[in-house]
Amino acid sequence: MGGFPILSAVVFLPLIGALIIMGVRTATAGSFSKEEAGKDNRAALLAGMIISGATFIASVAAFLTFDSNAAGYQLVEHYAWYGAVTYKVGVDGLSMPLILLTTFLTPICLLASWNSIHTRVTEYVVAFLVLETFMLGVFAALDIVLFYIFFEAGLIPMFLIIGIWGGKEKIYAAFKFFLYTLLGSLLMLVAVVYMFQAAGSSDIEVLEKFAFPPHVQTWLWLAFAASFAVKLPMWPVHTWLPDAHVQAPTAGSVILAGVLLKMGGYGFLRFSLPMFPDASHLFQPAMFALAVIAIVYTSLVAWRQTDMKKLIAYSSVAHMGFVTLGIFSFNEVGVQGAIFQMLSHGLISGALFLIVGVVYDRMHTREIAAYGGLVNRMPVYATLFMLFTMANVGLPGTSGFIGEILTMVGGFQASTWAAAGAALGVIFSAVYMLTLYRRTVFGEITNPKLEGIRDMSMIELVCIVPLALLTLLFGVAPNLIFHITEGATNRILSLMVGG
Amino acid sequence: MLDYTAMILAIGPELWLAAAGLVGVLLGALLKDRFNSLSFKYGALALFGAAAITLIFYEGGEAFGGLVRTNTFVNFAKFVSFSVGGFALIMSEGFLKRHDTIRYEYVLLTIFASLGMGIILSASDLMTLYMGIETLSLSSYVLAAFHRDSARSSEAGLKYFVLGALASGMLLYGASLVYGFAGTTSYAGIFTADTSIGLLFGMVMMIVGLAFKVSAAPMHVWTPDVYEGAPTPVGAFFATAPKMASMVVFANVMFTAFGNILDQWQMVISIIAGMSMLVGSFGALTQTNIKRLLGYSSIANMGYALVAVAAGRETGAGALLIFMTLYVISSLGLFAGVLAMRRRGGMVESIDELGGLMSSRPWLAIALSILIFSIAGLPPFGGFFGKWEVFNAGIQAGLMPLAIILVVASVVSLGYYLRVVKIMWFDEPKERFEPIDGSVTLTVLVSAFVAGIVFLIFINALAEWANTAALGLPS
Repeated sequence: MGGFPILSAVVFLPLIGALIIMGVRTATAGSFSKEEAGKDNRAALLAGMIISGATFIASVAAFLTFDSNAAGYQLVEHYAWYGAVTYKVGVDGLSMPLILLTTFLTPICLLASWNSIHTRVTEYVVAFLVLETFMLGVFAALDIVLFYIFFEAGLIPMFLIIGIWGGKEKIYAAFKFFLYTLLGSLLMLVAVVYMFQAAGSSDIEVLEKFAFPPHVQTWLWLAFAASFAVKLPMWPVHTWLPDAHVQAPTAGSVILAGVLLKMGGYGFLRFSLPMFPDASHLFQPAMFALAVIAIVYTSLVAWRQTDMKKLIAYSSVAHMGFVTLGIFSFNEVGVQGAIFQMLSHGLISGALFLIVGVVYDRMHTREIAAYGGLVNRMPVYATLFMLFTMANVGLPGTSGFIGEILTMVGGFQASTWAAAGAALGVIFSAVYMLTLYRRTVFGEITNPKLEGIRDMSMIELVCIVPLALLTLLFGVAPNLIFHITEGATNRILSLMVGG
Repeated sequence: MLDYTAMILAIGPELWLAAAGLVGVLLGALLKDRFNSLSFKYGALALFGAAAITLIFYEGGEAFGGLVRTNTFVNFAKFVSFSVGGFALIMSEGFLKRHDTIRYEYVLLTIFASLGMGIILSASDLMTLYMGIETLSLSSYVLAAFHRDSARSSEAGLKYFVLGALASGMLLYGASLVYGFAGTTSYAGIFTADTSIGLLFGMVMMIVGLAFKVSAAPMHVWTPDVYEGAPTPVGAFFATAPKMASMVVFANVMFTAFGNILDQWQMVISIIAGMSMLVGSFGALTQTNIKRLLGYSSIANMGYALVAVAAGRETGAGALLIFMTLYVISSLGLFAGVLAMRRRGGMVESIDELGGLMSSRPWLAIALSILIFSIAGLPPFGGFFGKWEVFNAGIQAGLMPLAIILVVASVVSLGYYLRVVKIMWFDEPKERFEPIDGSVTLTVLVSAFVAGIVFLIFINALAEWANTAALGLPS
């Protein structure tokens, strides 16, 4: 198929926009007085939203030409680049929803920064747009070297976002985030080089069909897992996440939880399962064990947190445990559930970080103890908070329920004990989420500073309401997603069998 | 009777440089101080001219009965070395002018050092090699001590000289042993000589001498001191052109003279490579002076390059050229960045002085960040492909432990590279730097653009050129 390279356009539109913003900013530097600087900042944010909005529209256009019934890769673009390494992008039912999630969340993130980011706004917008290009590239790449480049490049803008606009311990968190992830990805690089030499190609479609000997698979699998486990993150390499989340600005947390964590699950599904099926089977019990530990242990840790963002960060680790469980069940229900859970968690955790951001912008503290009785002053806020609390717990009718139940059903077919352990986590998630909700929203106002707190502004509503609607929509009509992901799921599973 | 055609084909650039140097001496004697400022244009012209001549006689040839023999592999290195040497010269002028040390001798020494680089690259005989190394080294010692009124500069020159003389002695001792046991000093003759313990002993001594020249651990101790003490433009020169030349000569000697006993030296080079990577990356962690930091960073990077040497000719030669090219371009840009660090009262060298550069000079900060990430081998910048090639060569040669050390060293080195980025982007702005010379700004921006972005997209062109050049090595 010739025609317009729509996928490349989606991937690189934010980058081009970022360059334009930088160029305009340089050209107009110094032409704004102090009073007008605010206006200038708003202009940068607005430009960023327009560009990311256009990217979203472009990705929807790409989705409209996407045939959900076909199993293979579509919208493929293939150009020569560097010898056997080629520039090849394309999407299937696994990557398409994740691309839409990314393009959907980025404008929301920029909008959510409207009132909370006041310093170096142009750089902030540029960092976000560059990050968006790298995230989209990760999901669109069909060449393993290209994938690696996007995967690791994403660290740089995120490092800057945490380090410049973060909280008190931002430097520590930014370095920890960067170095932790880098160690994992460099081990993956060793494996990538090895595979490149063994197969003579870095094309993902070729590598999927290439049969690596079982003992080699074990090592390659471990090297890839080192990277994806850190990214996902899985227990015990999750410790960078709470730090990064707590220190990052609200929008940074949203994108981190919403999209960056999904790269880990995406990597397992795109590489580990189809390329190293023997090793995946070998490590299935270990992954189940780690998943269950993640679900139970981090849920308990989340319960004892006094910082709202940290609590949600630990809850993310727990929910990613369900993704691991679903992926390594190796059956259609489990894998479909895992993909669904990734999307659903992207919406829910993104929304929860925004919810925390709303009160943080007003009170400048994330301590749970500083709140209480918010329902008396912020009824709209309490309603939305309740909705996402329930979605995070996995209440039927929300998308959280579908993801959790399917991954558990899938896990149950593979291992009863793993599913039983995961079920325990569902209970714990209710414990910590409801505790959080009760202590912040219900009760009497104890902190006098809360007396004058305002309810949500229009901008905040515009950010959160779409997420709420989608959470409910996917909760009652999950087939919208399954219809897209079914072909890709079956293809991955058949590649596992066919080798 | 000399065959002039063969001579020009083989060592055209060196003849040009020698002539340029001698004419420069005459001009200096005639014009005296009026030549000082002009000499920088003259020197740049000489170096760029040498680079152009290298391209014209790119295929190389043989002369002086086999004392020199050039091929595309060494000519590639010559071209890159002369070009970056020319850029290093152009951007030094402003610095020397401000320090009142603008002397045409500086340019002449650079030309003679470049002549030395040309000779060692052309050498196909241990005698020629030694002569070239001495030409390069002696010029370098004087350059390091060029600020003769400064104690630091004199100290750097003296340290460099004493240690360099020791290394040269080792090299010469090794060469004499090799000659004694192989019965010949020509690379081709050594290649076919019977392996004996004496030959191996001589080879190891030669490796020690060459490792000193490329500042590989454990012969690296001079590097941070000399980088710190020598005038900054001299550091910029040392870190780029001679590094490229010496490393390619190192590879050339190992591949051409000792190519059939790869199994004998692979382990030695691997250990040197591993040590350099670790020493360089851990050593840089605690540095506060940007020039020392770059010194340690160059030690680590020489370790990466040596992985490609250890991989052997078939897999490593092309990778080495690609890696070193990307490295010297980034390195040149970073030193240009150091030259830009100027406040009232002179140069500043502490890393903290870069604080908040993003606010005061955003484009400089962005360019330096790209260079840092590129030299760290982090995607999406061109330097990534340098590391990718080295990785590729190492793994293909089965040097898995080295690949793992490379991973560890990369993560550790990111620790200090990121610290520089952090200071530029996160810290509170310091007082703005003084206006920067146009040539310095240009070098930073161009090298960041070339190493970071052009060679990301068009890496294939560089790689094809380098890999074809590597085929010129005699097999």
